[in-house]
Amino acid sequence: MATTFNDTQMTEFKRLVARYPEGKQKSALLPALHLAQDSFGGWLSTETLDYVASLLQIEPIEVYEVATFYSMYNLKPVGKFVFEVCQTGPCMVSGSDNIIDYIKKTLDIKPGETTKDGMFTLKLVECLGACGYAPMMQVGKIYKEHLTKEKVDSIIAEYRAQAAANN
Amino acid sequence: MGVKLLLDKANVPGIRTYEVYRREGGYRSVEKALKEMTTDAIVEEVKKSGLRGRGGAGFPTGMKWSFIAKPEGVPRHLVCNADESEPGTFKDRYLMEFIPHLLIEGLIVSSYALGSNDTYIYIRGEYAWITDILEEAINEAKAAGWLGKNILGTGFECNIHVQRGGGAYICGEETALIESLEGKRGNPRIKPPFPAIQGLWMRPTVVNNVETLAAVVPIINMGGEEYAKIGVGKSTGTKLISACGNINKPGVYEIDMTISVEEFIYSDEYCGGIKDGKKLKACIPGGSSVPILPANLLLKTAKGETRYMNYESLSDGGFATGSMLGSGGFIVLDEDQCIVKNTYTLARFYRHESCGQCSPCREGTGWMEKILHKIETGKGEMSDIDLLWDIQRKIEGNTICPLGDAAAWPVAAAIRHFRDEFEWHVNNPELAQTSNFGLQHYADPIHVPA
Ligand SMILES: Cc1cc2nc3c(=O)[nH]c(=O)nc-3n(C[C@H](O)[C@H](O)[C@H](O)COP(=O)(O)O)c2cc1C
Ligand code: SF4
Ligand code: FES
Repeated sequence: MATTFNDTQMTEFKRLVARYPEGKQKSALLPALHLAQDSFGGWLSTETLDYVASLLQIEPIEVYEVATFYSMYNLKPVGKFVFEVCQTGPCMVSGSDNIIDYIKKTLDIKPGETTKDGMFTLKLVECLGACGYAPMMQVGKIYKEHLTKEKVDSIIAEYRAQAAANN
Repeated sequence: MGVKLLLDKANVPGIRTYEVYRREGGYRSVEKALKEMTTDAIVEEVKKSGLRGRGGAGFPTGMKWSFIAKPEGVPRHLVCNADESEPGTFKDRYLMEFIPHLLIEGLIVSSYALGSNDTYIYIRGEYAWITDILEEAINEAKAAGWLGKNILGTGFECNIHVQRGGGAYICGEETALIESLEGKRGNPRIKPPFPAIQGLWMRPTVVNNVETLAAVVPIINMGGEEYAKIGVGKSTGTKLISACGNINKPGVYEIDMTISVEEFIYSDEYCGGIKDGKKLKACIPGGSSVPILPANLLLKTAKGETRYMNYESLSDGGFATGSMLGSGGFIVLDEDQCIVKNTYTLARFYRHESCGQCSPCREGTGWMEKILHKIETGKGEMSDIDLLWDIQRKIEGNTICPLGDAAAWPVAAAIRHFRDEFEWHVNNPELAQTSNFGLQHYADPIHVPA
């Protein structure tokens, strides 16, 4: 996997940095890490972190500190599709336990694991601001809400089809 | 039908676009504010409106604005808090997703009042698609001349930037948010200095919630005094409530703060009653941090008076018998829900979200989670309940930021009101795995409206 931005990514990176005053380019760190994660396979390797540090002209440690603090940055490789299922109170009282159990069983993985074919990763997360549409999970940029077992089945099928179409 | 000031147009087809929003009367407040009002006059209108911060703490917005320092030659910033991560809260998301221009309009007027030429929206990282919606709205507003240099020929320049967070509840706390905007870990700062004096990049900064800033639009349009006539007492205007849990109609509702809690839960206009005809057991009325109330204390105060959906009424009785309006995250639990388990998931949440700077919060949240897990899985002892009480008491008030309190309160309230359920778990470890305490807590049948 490449660890330098292509032209489009670089243009976006420059747009992010330009939002802050001169000399405050470090402020772009969080958005820059999102961009890097999206650009380089859904996770941030040490090389990627160092690359972002060099682009922002800050010390690598300043990037490591941030990348390890926030929950959205993956510091290990993940599957093509990451199922981030909410398990906090409001989702729990609306039946998220059943959905989590069902996903574990269907994909035969535990939270934090990735399916053998590298397709799906299961992550348990805390409240995503969709409590009224529970149970729910985030997959990439999208929220999948009002989950039922049937809906989980069709989501899995949908992503398998999507991956097959892209191959 | 109550008054609606924010969501009145939310159902107009196409309202997300500039064209429709403008046709429906959007951006009038910018014209009025920039052309007819001085910045001081805007602050004065907001003061008169009685608007209180909608992010959770309820601090008077006009007063907050009047604190901003104005040293010569130093830029000032307005920052919109769209971090929305308090469990039970999803109202800002609704507003931004469906009427993004209302927020942009409020931001322009507020930026003008505060003298902010570069205003930032800090949005929780997970709301990625809403970031796109906001950026689209900003581009549209800019193309129409409401943003950028020399707005309406007044010489005022305003740019709005949207920054995504990285997934951390603590970044909703205003000083942690500022740190995060500076590209750092979300460790709250010790106050003073307050952001109004030294905030973003050590410049004078005001941080306000999404809903607060959107409410500036009707305030300018109708005038502060008219706005203050809606609602009751110090709960002026309207409030967005995000209702979730075991109700028939979860969702976001705009209420004027004169309706009773009972009406809010049971009327078809709002929550539509408890799901599947079950009975109400308990409710966390203002986001996960505020005290949980058993049904009897939720619908009526300890004095037996009707409880209303406003700041004063929900906190009537203090923490002994009351709660808070907080962020408006209204979480309803039916008779089948287990208070111990619910409290455990919230304790886990706070442990996960503690930034780790203060020992009482870092260690205490971890202990509380472990002990609650122990009780929940049938391995608890009677002394654990007292230990929990002791830990939460030692966190509260002993930390840099209010997350410590926010973690302590739910545990304290659960034990205060449902100690019998905790004891039942300890005494019946096996039974507690397969059944639940239900409504045994209530000596009298719970009042359930017909
Ligand atoms: C742990 C913690 C989390 C918070 N999260 C949010 C949040 O997500 N959104 C918000 O508007 N305010 C949040 N606040 C409150 C902010 O610190 C701040 O008071 C608020 O943004 C001020 O805006 P307002 O006066 O318009 O309510 C949080 C506070 C704490 C202590
Ligand atoms: S109270 Fe908790 S979250 Fe707040 S600063 Fe201290 S350790 Fe961090
Ligand atoms: S508790 Fe799951 S989205 Fe809020």
